[in-house]
Amino acid sequence: MGALATNTVERTLDQDRFDYLLHLGDNALVLGQRMSEWVGHAPALELEMAVSNLALDLIGEAQLWLDLAGRIEGEGRDADRLANFRDALDFRNLLIVEQPNGDWAFTVARHYLFSLQHLAVVERLSESRDEEIADIARKVRPEIAYHVKFARSWIERLGDGTEESHARLQRAIDRLWRFTGEMFAPDAIEERLADEGIAPDLRTLEADWRAEVEQVFEASGGLDIPEVKRMTLGGREGHHSEHLGHLLCELQFLQRAYPGLEW
Amino acid sequence: MYTTDLRSAEEKRKAARAKVVEDPEKLAEFQARIDRDEFIEPKDWMPEAYRRTLIRQISQHAHSEIVGMLPEGNWITRAPTFRRKLILLAKVQDEAGHGLYLYSAAETLGVARDELVDQLHEGKAKYSTIFNYPTLTWADIGAIGWLVDGAAITNQIPLCRCSYGPYARAMQRICKEESFHQRQGYEAMAALMRGSKEQRRMAQDAMNRWWWPALMMFGPPDSVSIHSAQSMKWKIKRYSNDELRQRFIDATVPQAHAIGLEVPDPELKFNEETGHWETGPIDWDEFWAVVAGDGPCNYDRMDARRSAHDEGAWVREAAAAHAAKRAGTRAA
Repeated sequence: MGALATNTVERTLDQDRFDYLLHLGDNALVLGQRMSEWVGHAPALELEMAVSNLALDLIGEAQLWLDLAGRIEGEGRDADRLANFRDALDFRNLLIVEQPNGDWAFTVARHYLFSLQHLAVVERLSESRDEEIADIARKVRPEIAYHVKFARSWIERLGDGTEESHARLQRAIDRLWRFTGEMFAPDAIEERLADEGIAPDLRTLEADWRAEVEQVFEASGGLDIPEVKRMTLGGREGHHSEHLGHLLCELQFLQRAYPGLEW
Repeated sequence: MYTTDLRSAEEKRKAARAKVVEDPEKLAEFQARIDRDEFIEPKDWMPEAYRRTLIRQISQHAHSEIVGMLPEGNWITRAPTFRRKLILLAKVQDEAGHGLYLYSAAETLGVARDELVDQLHEGKAKYSTIFNYPTLTWADIGAIGWLVDGAAITNQIPLCRCSYGPYARAMQRICKEESFHQRQGYEAMAALMRGSKEQRRMAQDAMNRWWWPALMMFGPPDSVSIHSAQSMKWKIKRYSNDELRQRFIDATVPQAHAIGLEVPDPELKFNEETGHWETGPIDWDEFWAVVAGDGPCNYDRMDARRSAHDEGAWVREAAAAHAAKRAGTRAA
């Protein structure tokens, strides 16, 4: 496990699949964990319902990917084991999903930018040559389509709402944009899986993603795409922002404090 | 539980002074409908005191659901497994949903949700005292589901036959979900009791802290609960606080014993003649202190609700501004 190994030893397809499934599972788990932090504190009662739904979808999705990862690995680790007993260096999620919630504008911008990529990936995966992966992708696709719709509607509302909401949303986009490059920058594992027809070639997804973002930003009170001189990468290699370790402290607390028990 | 009259004597006296004189003929007709077990619907004539009692009771119930999300929400990010996290999220989401139906039921009585929420934030409206206690360990999540939701169901099943139609219908839906909550809570406690020494310690400790506050949820004893008579006559309330409390005790004590939990009451005993479990005295001073604001978490709960509301103000304004622009575009 870990990206370093990819340069030094011959890897099997199962090892690649395992790492890729961790990437998919960790994206959903970490974003689901972030979304669940809103529960009880959302800006309106209707949004309490929405944030808990989004969190339920993502955490449910994470469990499916991680359980499959564990079965492929064949060492008796299930989704719970994989979620609770890896340190940040072995988490393979994108940096964008671990960024703290901030205000509602930040959460909405994070959710829109990621979910749009997430949906494109899941749509391609539902036609993957790997039937087990395709099955899960088909199951979660309608949920993620809803996530895009929900997040887009909030980009429109906040972008074309009040001066304050527009400014807050623009500020969030300015801060998050540096993490968007990573969504379309495959590592060697994803390149090999793309060659095998298992995973999508991420580079082919970027143009459509960008076109929709530009169109929606334009229609949402004219939000700007910032210029970023250097995209921040590292999630797939386990090089995260400072925030992930704290998120894992909470997520893993009980299993680490009382290992090996049934709950 | 969420519906017990928590007003102080002063608040009750003030409300009594604001009494409206009703047409005796209409009153008699109204009471006859209630006596025939008919449902009263929003557009029907009703005495002002009936309307006020329902608004107070339904909104207090709604506030309890919303404040009640906080102690359990405290453990969502720390739930130990995927399964437990998904169940807890779904449960807390149900509570938000219950809050929504209940505020809607209250709105049928001619009061706006915003007004009710403002009353909560200004400290003018009450919510169930139980949510002013902290969730210290994972076992508290099991204890809340089992004891708090168990007490809720005991109180709420009779409300499914309450005389006010929209409230009765909301309660029917809510009761179905509450019974899932109660079962998952008991199952979580049972899992801890089958576990390690540390897990059993957590479970017993949670039992020790939640048992008495759960019994207090049914409200003051009948001997001092002067307010019930009118609510009984109107079929807003069908059983007294003590009757419901006894029903809960009789159902719960054997459940505790079945999984090896001790009930933290040295005076607890089974009365062979009556077939009921009898408890030691409940500390009503603690209850009234928590109602008055001196529970361990009263400030934390209200601060959390107010700050979610205040920090969400710009979001709600933006949504309203956007909707108005859209409506304007369509009209033009």
